[in-house]
Amino acid sequence: MNLNLKIWRQKSNSDKGKIVDYPISNVSEHMSFLEMLDVLNEGLISKGEEPVAFDHDCREGICGMCSLYINGEAHGPDRGVTTCQLHMRKFKDGDTIYIEPFRATALPVIKDLIVDRSSFDRIQQAGGFVSVNTSGNTQDANAIPIRKENADLAFDAATCIGCAACVATCKNASAMLYVSAKVSQFALLPQGEVEAKERVINMVNKMDEEGFGNCTNTGACEVECPKGISLDNIARMNREFLSANIKK
Amino acid sequence: MSMNSKVPDGEIKDKWTKYKDTINLVNPANKRNIDVIVVGTGLAGGSASATLAELGYNVKAFCYQDSPRRAHSIAAQGGINAAKNYQGDGDSTYRLFYDTVKGGDYRSREANVHRLAEVSANIIDQCVAQGVPFARDYGGLLDNRSFGGVLVSRTFYAKGQTGQQLLLGAYSAMNRQIARGKIKMYNRHEMLDVVIVDGKARGIIARNLVTGEIERHSAHAVVLASGGYGNVYFLSTNAMGSNVTAGWKAHKKGAYFANPCYTQIHPTCIPRSGDYQSKLTLMSESLRNDGRIWVPKHKKDVEAIKSGEIKAVDIKEEDRDYYLERRYPAFGNLVPRDVASRAAKERCDAGYGVNQTGEAVYLDFSSAINRYGKEQALLKGLDVNNEKTVADLGKDIVKSKYGNLFQMYEKIVDENPYETPMMIYPAVHYTMGGIWVDYNLMTTVPGLYAIGEANFSDHGANRLGASALMQGLADGYFVLPYTIGDYLSDDIRTGPISIDSKEFDEAEKTVVDTLNKLINNKGVNSVDYYHKKLGKIMWDKCGMARTEKGLKEAMTEIKNLREDFWKNVSVPGEVNELNTELEKAGRVADFLELGELFAKDALDRNESCGGHFREEYSTPEGEAERDDKNFSYVSAWEYKGEPSKAELHKEALNFENIEVKVRSYK
Repeated sequence: MNLNLKIWRQKSNSDKGKIVDYPISNVSEHMSFLEMLDVLNEGLISKGEEPVAFDHDCREGICGMCSLYINGEAHGPDRGVTTCQLHMRKFKDGDTIYIEPFRATALPVIKDLIVDRSSFDRIQQAGGFVSVNTSGNTQDANAIPIRKENADLAFDAATCIGCAACVATCKNASAMLYVSAKVSQFALLPQGEVEAKERVINMVNKMDEEGFGNCTNTGACEVECPKGISLDNIARMNREFLSANIKK
Repeated sequence: MSMNSKVPDGEIKDKWTKYKDTINLVNPANKRNIDVIVVGTGLAGGSASATLAELGYNVKAFCYQDSPRRAHSIAAQGGINAAKNYQGDGDSTYRLFYDTVKGGDYRSREANVHRLAEVSANIIDQCVAQGVPFARDYGGLLDNRSFGGVLVSRTFYAKGQTGQQLLLGAYSAMNRQIARGKIKMYNRHEMLDVVIVDGKARGIIARNLVTGEIERHSAHAVVLASGGYGNVYFLSTNAMGSNVTAGWKAHKKGAYFANPCYTQIHPTCIPRSGDYQSKLTLMSESLRNDGRIWVPKHKKDVEAIKSGEIKAVDIKEEDRDYYLERRYPAFGNLVPRDVASRAAKERCDAGYGVNQTGEAVYLDFSSAINRYGKEQALLKGLDVNNEKTVADLGKDIVKSKYGNLFQMYEKIVDENPYETPMMIYPAVHYTMGGIWVDYNLMTTVPGLYAIGEANFSDHGANRLGASALMQGLADGYFVLPYTIGDYLSDDIRTGPISIDSKEFDEAEKTVVDTLNKLINNKGVNSVDYYHKKLGKIMWDKCGMARTEKGLKEAMTEIKNLREDFWKNVSVPGEVNELNTELEKAGRVADFLELGELFAKDALDRNESCGGHFREEYSTPEGEAERDDKNFSYVSAWEYKGEPSKAELHKEALNFENIEVKVRSYK
């Protein structure tokens, strides 16, 4: 198929940036979206032009490195996938496709479609862990049975890949879904209970400090999340946050 | 010259405990004065960084991704082995040790493997304490599944995302130390050389991938946890950025490279679909617990499938060839990966491949769906003879076990694997070879360590499923943090290592010159052009079946391709900016050298073992013929200016605790 790509080009963070048109032909429906960009880039290189810079690594939907805002949707029109798993069969011949970076104050553009997500790491550093040393003297793994239901819910929350689609999608650029996934994972497990209070307060404070917006329950994040992280986690985090502040 | 592996004396089951009791320690106050660089933040690097920082060392950790959480360990699906014997099915440390040595085709170092088996149980305890949400049963206890090449259930898992959950565990442990200031994290940085001062590894040269700046970092020891080199084949299940550069630069600075030809070709990957393809996707080995692998028995059915006249489900049971169950009745679909891959290749080469390229076999879940469905129907008091009820209930169970893998398959192939068998074909997945290390995980360069997939030590010529996660975390959490202390105890009075020395000057100059050369070359071909050509040579001549003739050709072709690369490669953009093509160019330049050493190693090893299969050394039935009399050694290659001139050093392998036998899964 033939497509008309409109891609955000920005030399560096200080550059203003603009949309540039790139027509592309002979795109196979079996290609992934990023393979289509590979083909575009090979063409640009052969003409001596600079290829479009975009983040990607595992290309199987788990590392969370790829991003892209495609026709106004984080990770494009398909559901439950990252951009690297989006296939061109979701588009049709003659389509115009807008490709932009994830946009938020807390996710500044580095170059073209690449953004800086280090704010996400800093939120985890504020409390996204259980303080246990690697001494080799921890108790036996089966010493504390955990209800299967809770273990499964903790797992579902823990599958967040930290891609920031939730932030890019949210009209408030809120990171509540991302933060609540980690808070929930630990809140549902006995191992996380000991530090639960400090964890939720510190992570939420850090989130605010980094410039992410607040949650107004539109639910857009849940729709666009490639891993199906549930809004229930935000409710759980609000409960944890409230009770932590009351107990303070 | 023979290699000294520094394995301690004594009974195998006591070696590690006794060794730990007697090696030198660094006291807590002195650890604060010692810096350690860790390159790579996967399971090995992440867990090592966290543990070294907990112990009190100052750690500088580097990764090329935008966050340590994105290292490719995250993509590991099926599980992690540990000799917990929670299932009471006769598992033990010895059995895990035995299975791993046998699975590795008797080409690994006994003492290392036993240590790995010993610490495996501790890994599970540690991860649960960190809040890793492993799968549990209704009693609230941990669940297990089986993997290839073993007869017990010892694999712990978190659906098909075990690697992700374990890596996020290590990442959380790192975050705790980053917050305390004990780890300084360098994201989007790539190591481009190791710096050696007075014969010891004392630092690295790294490129800031955002600004293009070249940086000097010093430390008292350097740990490489930079993963494997499967991307030398261009197409593999590795991440796009996975590369050999850190390991190869270390090799050129004196670290011996061991067994480069031992590559794991994983039997269950999604077949390739076209020339534009950038990578291959794995379908977890855990699927072989419930999936049955087959091709049609008759060529006429193969042709009918290819022409679209019939579909897989139309072929009757008696017209299907479940070739693994036929050839290996004892292990069936759960034979080790090398055996399963070669068997698939054998059927496809014979003309029984089931897609247009002729390179695909079926992985079928219909029996499992039926079996689980009947069990559920019985439990729920429903009609076990109602096909629809049984199928629906069975699909629910299969979905709960492998849901994310089935979804991934459907997204990529656009077929529903609950209704029609998956198509799979082998693909490059893991490299057992790597930097040579001794029992301490130290390379032949003092103060330079290699852990995880980057080293060669534990898997011999073939790795068993769910053992990579085990090895990465064992090295990082429980082995290196002890052994490195023995070396660093000599450094308590050294003080900070200066970056203003002629060694750093020289290393930086080499790096800068290479980058400038690439950018100023202004040739005619893209980096990918060369990478794809190299990949084709590797797959055709150094892939699942190798011959003397093919390997000799590969060496010449790779050398010629490398010369052409340096003449005609084109890298757009500037050095001092974010430049993804420049990053790729540096990595491919190193793959073009490694590839030649790979072929040389495969040519030198006149036997078939594990992932290394030489057609000249096989039985009439196509089984591998190992030669223990002449090749029971590790090949450790010393760099001598050109890959083809590399000098071979041998580490003899002695098996005192396991009887060396012909590996049979029949």
